[in-house]
Amino acid sequence: MKTHNIRFKLNGEQVSLGVEPSDVLLDVLRGRLGIKSPKSGCDRGDCGACTVLLNGRTIRSCLALAVEADGAEITTLEGANGRQWTQKLQKTFHAKNAFQCGFCAPGVILSATELLEKNSRPTAHDIKEAIAGNLCRCTGYEPIVEAIAETVKGK
Amino acid sequence: MPITTEFEYLKPKDMDEALHVFSLYRDKARALAGGTDLVVHLKENLARPEVVVDIKGLPELAGLGLNGGTLRLGALVTFSDLIASPLIKGKFPLLWEAALTVASVGVRNRATLAGNICSAVPSADSAPALTVYEAEVLTRGLKGERRIPIAGWFTGPKKTALLPEEIVTAIELKLPVKKHAGCYIKLSRYEGEDLAQGGVAALAFADNTYRLAACALGPTPARCPRTEAVLNGNKLGEKLLAKAKETILEEVFPIGDIRSSKEYRLHMTQIMLGRALATAVARLFGKGPKYGTENIC
Repeated sequence: MKTHNIRFKLNGEQVSLGVEPSDVLLDVLRGRLGIKSPKSGCDRGDCGACTVLLNGRTIRSCLALAVEADGAEITTLEGANGRQWTQKLQKTFHAKNAFQCGFCAPGVILSATELLEKNSRPTAHDIKEAIAGNLCRCTGYEPIVEAIAETVKGK
Repeated sequence: MPITTEFEYLKPKDMDEALHVFSLYRDKARALAGGTDLVVHLKENLARPEVVVDIKGLPELAGLGLNGGTLRLGALVTFSDLIASPLIKGKFPLLWEAALTVASVGVRNRATLAGNICSAVPSADSAPALTVYEAEVLTRGLKGERRIPIAGWFTGPKKTALLPEEIVTAIELKLPVKKHAGCYIKLSRYEGEDLAQGGVAALAFADNTYRLAACALGPTPARCPRTEAVLNGNKLGEKLLAKAKETILEEVFPIGDIRSSKEYRLHMTQIMLGRALATAVARLFGKGPKYGTENIC
């Protein structure tokens, strides 16, 4: 397989590296670039633990080839602090104890960030729909939905 | 999970280059757009291409627009693009409603409509809507373009009329001239992300004609012409619906699998038919629930 030299913006910084066509973006982020917030859960796009932002929209990094990132802008939770809602969400999740083991949390926070950037007055249904692709095995979801709603309360 | 299949990656900048690659490699080449199916298949060794052709650099495949009553959906249009489009929501609300039921936001941001019908799983959520809108699939190979009616597109489970040297360039839908309204009912085990256990789409027209299609209730998504024939020319009422519910069982062929038994699917086919028709007709008269708000659960 031919190695491809790719360049992309990762959390605001240009990175360049050589990847094989079969390298999966999630594995390159975690294994080669030290980015540990996206997790490998189901590895087939169902659980949302590997969520990252590609050009501002959430994607499943387990379903993207690393070579596809060439020229793109990738933001993981590590680099999302500058976004309007991310830190507020994190603080509310912390205050309301909205995650337990934390495995799903980076994906949930990024999905919620994307939701609130588009819609800062979401209904409970909007919130549930936005995080429907982020599985949580601890909380039963109620605290997560409440924390997202709380984040935008009175804003 | 790493991908163990070895392949080369190409990202052609123009259509001619792309078509030459497909002409050369044929079924050893796979087109990559959203990758939400292809990458899973690569991981599970269900696809073992020699070359993966990233078609996201081809400008001809991008964008959607209505021109002279024909909606053109480029092959790179994602489900999120459909959902975000006021044009789709306003003029093709049944397709919009179906798009909302596909997977989850993070998948819809990448997954394309064209990819959904190329994967051609029996449960493809977009297929019943495309079928009742009588969509056409535009394909292109070095030998030229073809225009394939959706009714002839799905040739078997995960099989389509696409030739190995071709790619899908767009999907076209004609805006129905007559006043109409639609409804897509997806049966899933829970609200949120799940494959359809069954799906029924209905279009009802003001002149009491109807179009019906189903997914996950047979080897391919399919139109339900016998049931349409029972309904056509008649106002929807209890007796007519009862007859339609009997008839639709003659033209769906569900299997039993991990998601539900055959008997449950047959029973729910009738329920979905009733709900889809009732909702479509109510919407026709401006009384139904808003598109995308009614869920099966």
